[in-house]
Amino acid sequence: MNDFTTWDVFRNLLAAVPWTIYLSLIAFAGGAAVSLLLLCLRFAFPRAAGTPVRLYVQLFQGTPLLMQLFLVYFGLALMGVQTTPLFAASLCLSVYSSAYLTETWYGCVLAVPKGQWEASSSLGLKHWQQMLLIVLPQALRLSVPPTVGLMVQIVKNTSLASIVGFVELTRASQIIANATFEPFLAYGAVAFIYFVICFSISLCGRHLEKRIRI
Amino acid sequence: MSNLAPSAALAPALPVSASSGAAIELVGVNKWYGDFHVLRDIDLTVNRGERIVICGPSGSGKSTMIRCINRLEEHQQGSIVVDGIELTNDLKRIDEIRREVGMCFQHFNLFPHLTILENLTLAPIWVRKMPKKEADELAMHFLAKVKIPEQAHKYPGQLSGGQQQRVAIARALCMKPKIMLFDEPTSALDPEMVKEVLETMVSLAEEGMTMLCVTHEMGFARQVANRVIFMDAGQIIEMNEPEAFFSNPQHERTRLFLSQILGH
Repeated sequence: MNDFTTWDVFRNLLAAVPWTIYLSLIAFAGGAAVSLLLLCLRFAFPRAAGTPVRLYVQLFQGTPLLMQLFLVYFGLALMGVQTTPLFAASLCLSVYSSAYLTETWYGCVLAVPKGQWEASSSLGLKHWQQMLLIVLPQALRLSVPPTVGLMVQIVKNTSLASIVGFVELTRASQIIANATFEPFLAYGAVAFIYFVICFSISLCGRHLEKRIRI
Repeated sequence: MSNLAPSAALAPALPVSASSGAAIELVGVNKWYGDFHVLRDIDLTVNRGERIVICGPSGSGKSTMIRCINRLEEHQQGSIVVDGIELTNDLKRIDEIRREVGMCFQHFNLFPHLTILENLTLAPIWVRKMPKKEADELAMHFLAKVKIPEQAHKYPGQLSGGQQQRVAIARALCMKPKIMLFDEPTSALDPEMVKEVLETMVSLAEEGMTMLCVTHEMGFARQVANRVIFMDAGQIIEMNEPEAFFSNPQHERTRLFLSQILGH
């Protein structure tokens, strides 16, 4: 039987880091795209789109990501649709993050004081001009801290993709723990790597916040 | 109460320039917030060049009334005609009226993410389609007029309250409005900053701007108003020239109100 050094454990874990990062990026980009679309709908047609968008948000916020993954991965297979773990994980994480991003960003737009709408109305600006020139730039600033928080959540949630056999950090650590019989070392190391990724994101967020502060 | 230097040109009040038609005409205006009747049968004609001060206890509907004039609030009954255009739900008309009516708010409502200069040029560029260079010159002209041209490249948050309110006045003036509405422009200011804002408003009055001003600055009312209106519970209770309004109020409620705000 082989002996594994601590470096071997880390080396193999680090090889899985890119997959965690890819998955996070796909989830964030997909989530952001979907939620921007939903926000446009919600602001353009508040009456017609308001309820469906709210339902969508409630549905995906109110069910565990794990169940969504099971349903998509195994459910689609039962229906005869072949999926890959990467596809299922990307889809579920995107939908899941889109629900949170939609709600957060919607709140940021509403948080821009009413007086800003009134002042721009009184100057004769049209609704789309008010939105584009006055409200969205201010909402964007407000949205940085909660969005960074969500990105950290997304990174940690990618660990659930291990359940459908996608080899990212968590799955890699399980494999290594099984091979080395040193679960404490493997899981400890992986927790540390997650922390480094998430902490870096928070630091970038803080820097960005400072830069755009008025 | 601020102590403004009496301006000879305005004492007691300038005669109203008698050019064509009313600037604003409210006839039988009623408004409700749910069950609450905020405006009751408001009739008011404001002539061109006329300056009207509106006072009254809080909740009396004075802010609501002037906010109806540029459709920040919708009235449910009666008619409002501004500069010959009747306010309806027609968005085109509302935009047309808003281009001619400037407004200043109690809390300034400057755009915090834009510089002072950008605050001023935004509407001329996007609404009047003015070239940027021309808009910049216009903005600097009005900033000089409110005596803060040196602040052009700062952000609103870096200015004092009095300076912010003067910027807000300049921002409205950049649209070259025919009518200016002021909604308690000095109520959110520290006492030592009230004067600089009132002086700006007085100089605007001297140029013949049509002004409707909700304020409790009775010194200002005496100095520049052609008429003072007292409102209570959604009604215009009393309307008179400032001299008569202050020295000989007709209604008990006006007397009570004046004794409360002038008494200290």
